[in-house]
Amino acid sequence: MARPDFKPVRAEAVCLTGARLLDPASKLDASADLLVAEGRIAKIGAAAGEGFEGLRIDGAGLTVVPGFVDLHAHLREPGREDEETIRSGAEAAAAGGFTEIACMPNTNPPVDDRPSVEFVRGRAAGLLTDVHPIAAITKGQRGEELVEMADCAEAGAVAFSDDGRPVEKASVLRRAVEYAGMTGRPVISHSEDLSLSDGGVMHEGVRSTRLGLRGIPSISEEIAVDRDIRIAEYVRGRIHIAHVSTAGSVRLIREAKARGVAVTAETCPHYLTLTDEAVQGYDPNAKMNPPLRTAEDRAALWEGLKDGTIDAVSTDHAPHSAEEKDVEFDAAPFGVIGLETAVGLLLTHGVHKRRLTLRELVLVFSVLPRRILGLPEARIREGADANLTFLRPDAAWTVNRDGFFSRSRNTPFHGWALKGAAAGVLRGDQFYLAP
Amino acid sequence: MQLKSRHLLGLEGMTAEEINLILDTAASLKPILDRPIPKVPTLRGKTVANLFYEPSTRTRFSFELAEKRLSADSVSFSQSGSSVSKGETLKDTVRNLQAMKIDTVVIRHGASGAPHFLAGCLDASVVNAGDGTHEHPTQALLDMMTLREKLGKIKGLKVAIVGDILHSRVARSNIHGLSAAGASVGLCGPATLMPVGVSDLPVRLYRNLGEALEDADVFIVLRIQMERQKRGMFPSLREYRSLFGMTVERLEPLKKEITILHPGPINRGVEIDDAVADGRHSVILDQVTNGVAVRMAVLYLLSGGRGKIEMEDHGQA
Repeated sequence: MARPDFKPVRAEAVCLTGARLLDPASKLDASADLLVAEGRIAKIGAAAGEGFEGLRIDGAGLTVVPGFVDLHAHLREPGREDEETIRSGAEAAAAGGFTEIACMPNTNPPVDDRPSVEFVRGRAAGLLTDVHPIAAITKGQRGEELVEMADCAEAGAVAFSDDGRPVEKASVLRRAVEYAGMTGRPVISHSEDLSLSDGGVMHEGVRSTRLGLRGIPSISEEIAVDRDIRIAEYVRGRIHIAHVSTAGSVRLIREAKARGVAVTAETCPHYLTLTDEAVQGYDPNAKMNPPLRTAEDRAALWEGLKDGTIDAVSTDHAPHSAEEKDVEFDAAPFGVIGLETAVGLLLTHGVHKRRLTLRELVLVFSVLPRRILGLPEARIREGADANLTFLRPDAAWTVNRDGFFSRSRNTPFHGWALKGAAAGVLRGDQFYLAP
Repeated sequence: MQLKSRHLLGLEGMTAEEINLILDTAASLKPILDRPIPKVPTLRGKTVANLFYEPSTRTRFSFELAEKRLSADSVSFSQSGSSVSKGETLKDTVRNLQAMKIDTVVIRHGASGAPHFLAGCLDASVVNAGDGTHEHPTQALLDMMTLREKLGKIKGLKVAIVGDILHSRVARSNIHGLSAAGASVGLCGPATLMPVGVSDLPVRLYRNLGEALEDADVFIVLRIQMERQKRGMFPSLREYRSLFGMTVERLEPLKKEITILHPGPINRGVEIDDAVADGRHSVILDQVTNGVAVRMAVLYLLSGGRGKIEMEDHGQA
């Protein structure tokens, strides 16, 4: 698969001139120069670059915000390096505006002990975008025995998840939430009742009936979300609900938060922009789990994002090879890639459609995912670590999967016209700025 | 007049004019089947591939006969189980067909949308011979042809489809086709075998078979598959028969004329009694004959044929 060469720039010091600097937490929204030296923000101000002899970046048209985090990506290393490696995933993430990503453990073999966590950390060393491993909840993701959570956390796991499948036994999830509490790391739940999903491949409704495809009902997610919230509530533990897709789940999470349950949640760009209508024509790139739902669900997700019920937007980046994906709908694996389209989609369909402000975009892509994963805050202020995302909020562009840094091409957004793009990232002494 | 698409993937979205074109063409072709040498040269030089990824006797024979009656060259392939489990993907099969210069592909496949997948990557015309639980357009067309033949028209008929609607591609094609042609369609079956959102389709829902029998003139009785019971979709065949079986006892008291169709294969004594399947209301064997004529019409029209076929007899020479 031809993919462009990713060439980040390494520089001891760099001066960014004329960009808009936006960091709500630091009460910063100004057009100013920003000087980075030795991996830190050295100076911010109208004359910050005065007398600076080093590398200058023309920031005209750029908006610089605290580094974005994707808290839910699937990289396929080890096991399916043809689909994505830790490096190619990190490069796609940098191009897509993420300075840090967390990767799910459902590789082959899965990340479920210290050596496998260290393997991911080792592969990620030195990359522009930092890759944080998420360790499995149970050994082999089999849903039975807990992994050595403390050991994994110490090795660098930022969370625990059996994502890709639910922890079927409530008793096992209960122990996981209790035990993970000792590590301070969250359990991320793929909430699904498999008996209700029952081999389904798309949202169950009139469209699945018309297409003759087996349906996954909304209650397959909602019953599991309800169960998982009750477990967290009962043991006074923390739980994070992955890829929320239904209005009913939003309601359950809203009610739980109002009761004071330590639940957080994410949704994904595809649930915010598509509906099950995209399955018409049996496009395997419209197949993911949970499935694309209805227009009412989509509206409820935007509402939940706006009012804080849903904390974060994650990509659920799930690379699959063309050989695997370009088959009859039933046979295609679930999942779409998203690292290089997420920010553009949220700018276009969120910010420009006035569903979210740019400030809220920073919340859902940076502040809150950092809080969920316990990552340090990213701030734009003098002395802070340089951890910046570059946006071109008004740039018009067309999604072209053949230009992706990801090794995979399974996107439902190919050919979409977007307004607003991620333009790269700066982290420490490296940056990437899209041409 | 011609069909709008070069494929027949389903009846959803098809107009009454297109359906009538197929049925008229089928009616004009049907007499060929009664000739001493039932063959015309219409599709001479055309090649048709029949790909049957699911077991089928009736539909496969019917397509093969239709092809032979029109003098097409045909090759057939049948394989149970999905292509994927056997190692060769549908896409590879397609590439091979492309390389062999096939004009028309008839496909039956267990995955809904498999014909659409083929249509997306083949130059050939694709005919859906049943895809998963999606559509079985030629079955619905032959049902409509049979109704038109027996009752003179489709418009205004009240048709009840009885049984496992959830898993039935015959039901879906008939819902779309019959309602486009002006019939009103009602559904009747166990609640567990009624698909979600079905009331958004152009149908009425009967509460029970009694209500359907009172209201409808035509009954399309669907095959109930034994494996559905094993998967817990209904408690027993005994109870199924007592609630939804087209039994002699239920039909005896009816004061009106009704017509009964069944797409086959029949589970005698379960969804329909012997005496009913072979009785005076049944047009089940007419359906089978018409199946060949309808498939001839479809193959002819998709190969670029317009309206009525020339009926010259040089094929009999």
